[in-house]
Amino acid sequence: MLRFLLRRSLGALAILLLISAVTFFLFYAIPRNPALLACGKGVCTQEQLAVVEHNLGIDKPIPQQYWEYMVGIFAGREFPAGSCPAPCLGFSFRDNRPVLDTILDRLPTTLSLAAGGVVVFLVLGLGFGMVAAWRRGTLTDRTVSSTSLVLSSAQIYFLGPLALALLVYNNQILSQPGYFPITEGPGAWFAGLLLPWLVLSTIFTAQYTRLSRAALIEQLQEDHVRTARAKGMGRRTVFFRYAWRGSLIPIVTVLGIDMGSLIGGAMITEQTFALPGLGRLAVDSVTQSNLPMLMGVMLFAALMIVVFNIIVDACYALIDPRVRLA
Amino acid sequence: MTTTQPAAPGPEVTGRPATEPAAEPFLSVRDLRVRFGTEDGVVKAVDGLSFDVARGRTLGIVGESGSGKSVANQAILGLHNPKATDITGQILLEGEDLVTARERRMEQLRGNKIAIIFQDPLTSLSPYHTVGQQIAEPFRKHRGAGRREARERAVEMLAKVGIPHPARRVDDYPHQFSGGMRQRVMIAMALVCDPDLLIADEPTTALDVTVQAQILDLLLELQQEFGSAIIMITHDLGVVSRVSDDILVMYAGRAVERGTVHDVLSRPQHPYTWGLLGSMPRLGGDVGKELVSIPGAPPSLLDPPSGCPFAPRCTFRDEVPDNLSCADDRPALPDGRGAACHLTGERRTVLFTERIRPRLL
Repeated sequence: MLRFLLRRSLGALAILLLISAVTFFLFYAIPRNPALLACGKGVCTQEQLAVVEHNLGIDKPIPQQYWEYMVGIFAGREFPAGSCPAPCLGFSFRDNRPVLDTILDRLPTTLSLAAGGVVVFLVLGLGFGMVAAWRRGTLTDRTVSSTSLVLSSAQIYFLGPLALALLVYNNQILSQPGYFPITEGPGAWFAGLLLPWLVLSTIFTAQYTRLSRAALIEQLQEDHVRTARAKGMGRRTVFFRYAWRGSLIPIVTVLGIDMGSLIGGAMITEQTFALPGLGRLAVDSVTQSNLPMLMGVMLFAALMIVVFNIIVDACYALIDPRVRLA
Repeated sequence: MTTTQPAAPGPEVTGRPATEPAAEPFLSVRDLRVRFGTEDGVVKAVDGLSFDVARGRTLGIVGESGSGKSVANQAILGLHNPKATDITGQILLEGEDLVTARERRMEQLRGNKIAIIFQDPLTSLSPYHTVGQQIAEPFRKHRGAGRREARERAVEMLAKVGIPHPARRVDDYPHQFSGGMRQRVMIAMALVCDPDLLIADEPTTALDVTVQAQILDLLLELQQEFGSAIIMITHDLGVVSRVSDDILVMYAGRAVERGTVHDVLSRPQHPYTWGLLGSMPRLGGDVGKELVSIPGAPPSLLDPPSGCPFAPRCTFRDEVPDNLSCADDRPALPDGRGAACHLTGERRTVLFTERIRPRLL
């Protein structure tokens, strides 16, 4: 287990390094000058522009900038506008503070949204999948299956405003979405995020319902499930102790792949409900050509996906003893 | 099949020493029909099968793939999906009809009174549970044993089937065992509640030959200890001759010949059985001798021939009396020793001694 974690952590580090480099160099491929944007087009003279470029640290060659950026993560950096202690992910000229501070302000929103979304769609998706598989071929099964088919194409930017209008503005069933730190009261935190969670997890719930149903039905055909029946185990025992356990393996596999879409979905959800998370930060940074901020958000999103993936892989070992010893 | 007296030993039959024929059948299958609805039509997997098994006796059911032997035996356990399967006839276990029994009742019988050993022990054991858990589970359910008692029983069963260090191995998972050891685990699991009837569905097919012999010996030993009736399903006549008292030969969902091991192997009466024997190599035989395979393939069970199912492949179908047609009339299998064939008994004896037997020796 320790070797597994060590190996995966090293792999994660390599991935993060690659992502940071790609983001960094990609940014300079865009024909846009942050300095020009900072002082307004046609307002600055060439000399003033050079000063701004120097202050932003973008007058140096790009590889050197990247090197200094990477050094800053471990050693911290000094900028003309202020100091940035390690781990320094750059200094945002927009709000005059280290990027990391802003990100850490926004991170709890995105984490709450993503983690809560996972819980919601796993509970609902696996639950509906089990109901459908248990009552396979009945009206219940057909209703669940066809509903999930329709909902698996319900995009967040369509469903979000619709749910907001129907459930909040017109009928007041749910409270106004918003982010309130959990430390200031779990009730408000929960109420504010309930609608975003539901909207974010709808597509996933639909997909995991179908996945779980299919996996369970496949598992129920397995030889070892037949053996369990041949031993005289009741239908419930066979279903939950034998078939369900095996059905988790394809689900965990897909869950690992879906972590990227989850973070993406969380960012769209933030945008839809005006929640102050990393997604909005990313969108704003792009429109403002705020490279240091964008880099920071990208790295954090990648870090989250990588960490989630390690957790998901560790789950394999929990479910399947054959993985544990291999 | 218990009526025929064992005859003088033939040259090629090894077999078990002839045991006393038991009195009343413990399991009696009467005119069993199993049909599956598929997209292509109704598959008549078992079509009018009857046989008896007595306590302490072993019945070998022989036939090629798709002859309905496994389907019939899974019907005894009630393992078919009732929605997709149509089962008629009677399966009487000590007089109780299992075809009409409720699912609850079947759950009480499975793993308790009737147990089954499947062909492939790797896929038939759960990869997610230790062998101890899997062996203990039916014991807890059927005997109401506690966790600790069931675990002790599992260790005891592992020791009984010859697994070294049972107290340690009880917590291992199936993938940590070799193929032969896994099948021993499967046997331990099947026997944990001392079943009266054990169905062994090709228990040695997935194993290599030396392990095969060990597993068969183990089954016989355990049968002597527990006195169970065994149904041994196989396509391997070698296996049958080693462990069985009686043989039932199946073809296309029907029984075509039955008798004691000795009778069927030394004086087979059905052309299909002749074909099976002719396609089997034997120790001590001439190495250069060609093995004769049965021409053609088994009929589709979607639309089986209305007469004798073996007729299209039968070399001797022209020799039946003129008043009978292999294509239209279905030959009946007599009770006890006999074969379902339109050839006259005399003709079959002549054909076997003059044309078949010389090829076998």
